[in-house]
Amino acid sequence: MGKYIKDRKPAEDSWLPYTGLEGEGDLPEGDIYVPFDAWLDRREDLLKRNSRLGVILENTDDIYALEPDLERLDLIVLQFPKMTDGRAFTQARLLRERLGFKGEIRAAGDVLQDQVFYMQRCGFSSFELRDDQDVPSVLKAFDEMSVTYQGAADTDAPIWRR
Amino acid sequence: MYQYSQADHQLLLERVTQFRDQVERRLKGDLSEEEFKNQRLRNGLYLQLHAYMLRVAVPYGLLSSEQMRTLAHIARRYDRGYGHFSTRQNIQYNWPKLEEVPEILDALAAVEMHAIQTSGNCIRNTTSDPLAGVARDEIADPRPYCELIRQWSTFHPEFNFLPRKFKIAVSGAIHDRAAVAVHDIGLRLVKNDAGELGLEVYVGGGLGRTPMIGKLVRDFLPVHDMLTYMEAILRVYNQLGRRDNLYKARIKILVHETGEEKFRELVEAEWENIKASKLRLRDEDIDAIRAHFKDPEYEDLADFDETFDQHLLTDTDFAKWVDNNLELHKKSGYRVVYLSLKSPDQPPGDVTADQMDSIADLADRYSLGQIRSTHRQNLVLSDVKLTDLYELWQELKNLGLATPNYNHLTDIIACPGMDYCSLATARSLPIAQALTDRFENYDYVNDLGDISLNISGCINACGHHHVANIGILGVNKKGIEVYQLTLGGSAREDAAIGKIIGPAFTADEIVGAVGTVLDVYLQNREDEEEDFLTTYRRIGQAPFKEQLYG
Repeated sequence: MGKYIKDRKPAEDSWLPYTGLEGEGDLPEGDIYVPFDAWLDRREDLLKRNSRLGVILENTDDIYALEPDLERLDLIVLQFPKMTDGRAFTQARLLRERLGFKGEIRAAGDVLQDQVFYMQRCGFSSFELRDDQDVPSVLKAFDEMSVTYQGAADTDAPIWRR
Repeated sequence: MYQYSQADHQLLLERVTQFRDQVERRLKGDLSEEEFKNQRLRNGLYLQLHAYMLRVAVPYGLLSSEQMRTLAHIARRYDRGYGHFSTRQNIQYNWPKLEEVPEILDALAAVEMHAIQTSGNCIRNTTSDPLAGVARDEIADPRPYCELIRQWSTFHPEFNFLPRKFKIAVSGAIHDRAAVAVHDIGLRLVKNDAGELGLEVYVGGGLGRTPMIGKLVRDFLPVHDMLTYMEAILRVYNQLGRRDNLYKARIKILVHETGEEKFRELVEAEWENIKASKLRLRDEDIDAIRAHFKDPEYEDLADFDETFDQHLLTDTDFAKWVDNNLELHKKSGYRVVYLSLKSPDQPPGDVTADQMDSIADLADRYSLGQIRSTHRQNLVLSDVKLTDLYELWQELKNLGLATPNYNHLTDIIACPGMDYCSLATARSLPIAQALTDRFENYDYVNDLGDISLNISGCINACGHHHVANIGILGVNKKGIEVYQLTLGGSAREDAAIGKIIGPAFTADEIVGAVGTVLDVYLQNREDEEEDFLTTYRRIGQAPFKEQLYG
């Protein structure tokens, strides 16, 4: 069990990742999330389930393909394959601001203390921390900066319009 | 000048605290060098050949005398008594100690300065016309737009981890003194037939190993749409910019590979979604920022002064300086004064702490307390009365800041090269020095007229050799430093990338080669009015090649 923060609090992660290769009967009850390809392949089956559903995207996947199903999804996992790759910031903002996704947007991969501030502003609500991250420090990092200039997922107006 | 709000101050304090914590975590070993690197770069802290280097932002090139004194203090207290003004209106310190950087940032914050986003793969400090607000050829003052860009881009949560660094320049005059064509986004304020203010938007310019001139993607974007349109450009770039190859990660490559037309479509499509958002500027948003850049109180003065004219007649050294280092001012009786940082005694762009203090004093006495820094690594006192020029010149001469060479051959842009930089493969400062020594004759240099000579010590082209009329690129060939010559570049409104003329020269030969190039120009120009670039464009490379390689 890795370190996990949700809504700015340490939390238990009840979600199980699945590869999508399992047969229908192999999928357990409970909350699962599947890769984007598997979602596209087996969308009908998955939608029939009575548990909560999530999708994990590569940072090159087109979030608009999820648009018709956003009501049904509770979790979207976006990835930072390395700390320097910031594509998921854009994905998160578009999901929140343009597509109005209300569920959990989770950051996975190279999730570092020094980046959670930016992530939360873009709409991420939960964070799978890298093992070496210190949870109390990360919790503090959400509030290191209290001034923001531009609008993002947390506030739509730039500072000169607030 | 822009005065910080409570929020601006708060942000700097919080950033210093955050960075102090990052330094402590690094020193304790809680942060790996790789992770720290990503954080420190976003705060302008490089690890160079010998030491750390701190790059301090000078937003749109504007400094108060108080800020200049703080820069002097930092140079004296935390460095070796000098600072270096770069081509992007930043100042760099070459010898700070890591443990002391938070203290330096405190000192900077106290005068509304910082090192935020002066490096790293984020939106960098915006550069602008050093004559903003005083230039006679100005269409509109670019500084309010630069300030809006500063606020929009500072800690932009979405665009802080871009594929590569991102540079923006804004110019508001007929003449481009901000090199907009070689920035990732270059903006030029223009007016349409109805007299409305808008922007020409250039995207994908840049130097380095793949030099390109920015493409005009919009010939008239209403100013109100400036930030939404840039957000659209950045969003397209963040999603599609190449991350697989460091050398292909700049937006210029994306524009090139996508194709100009297709790229524009992508941006326009994204822009449709956000152009009516709250990021769209209203008149009152622009006016509120513009109020910070109101004209200072100018006196009503005649554009003539008998004593000044007298000095011109009797003091030839003064006359030389007036001829070369002065620019007309939009207000009668005032002049813009270039302080040359290209003396034979200091590397291009270097200023000592004592000089900085003196410049601050001179700005207070003679120029409404402000100093500007330029793309060509010089400083400017922008509001000097005609009647004060002679006195000011004498002071500047004593400080070694009155070399009469602005926009002339010895006004050389040079990167620090192998003497300081860990990327460089050749030295550039000794070459600049040798050229300065060789071409110290004023009459000769003056006769050559408006000409640019830039030197880079490696392919990354920090010395902007590509856009010099005469460019020199140092490269290392089998352990020997050799120098490639490019001709015909320009960083102005007629921007062009220079062309390599032929095989490279050794360090001993390069000065002579430049001499030959100048001879060919002098022999071929139609008259004294025809500058180097015009002659070169008229006669082409062949005559130069012939003389150089025979």
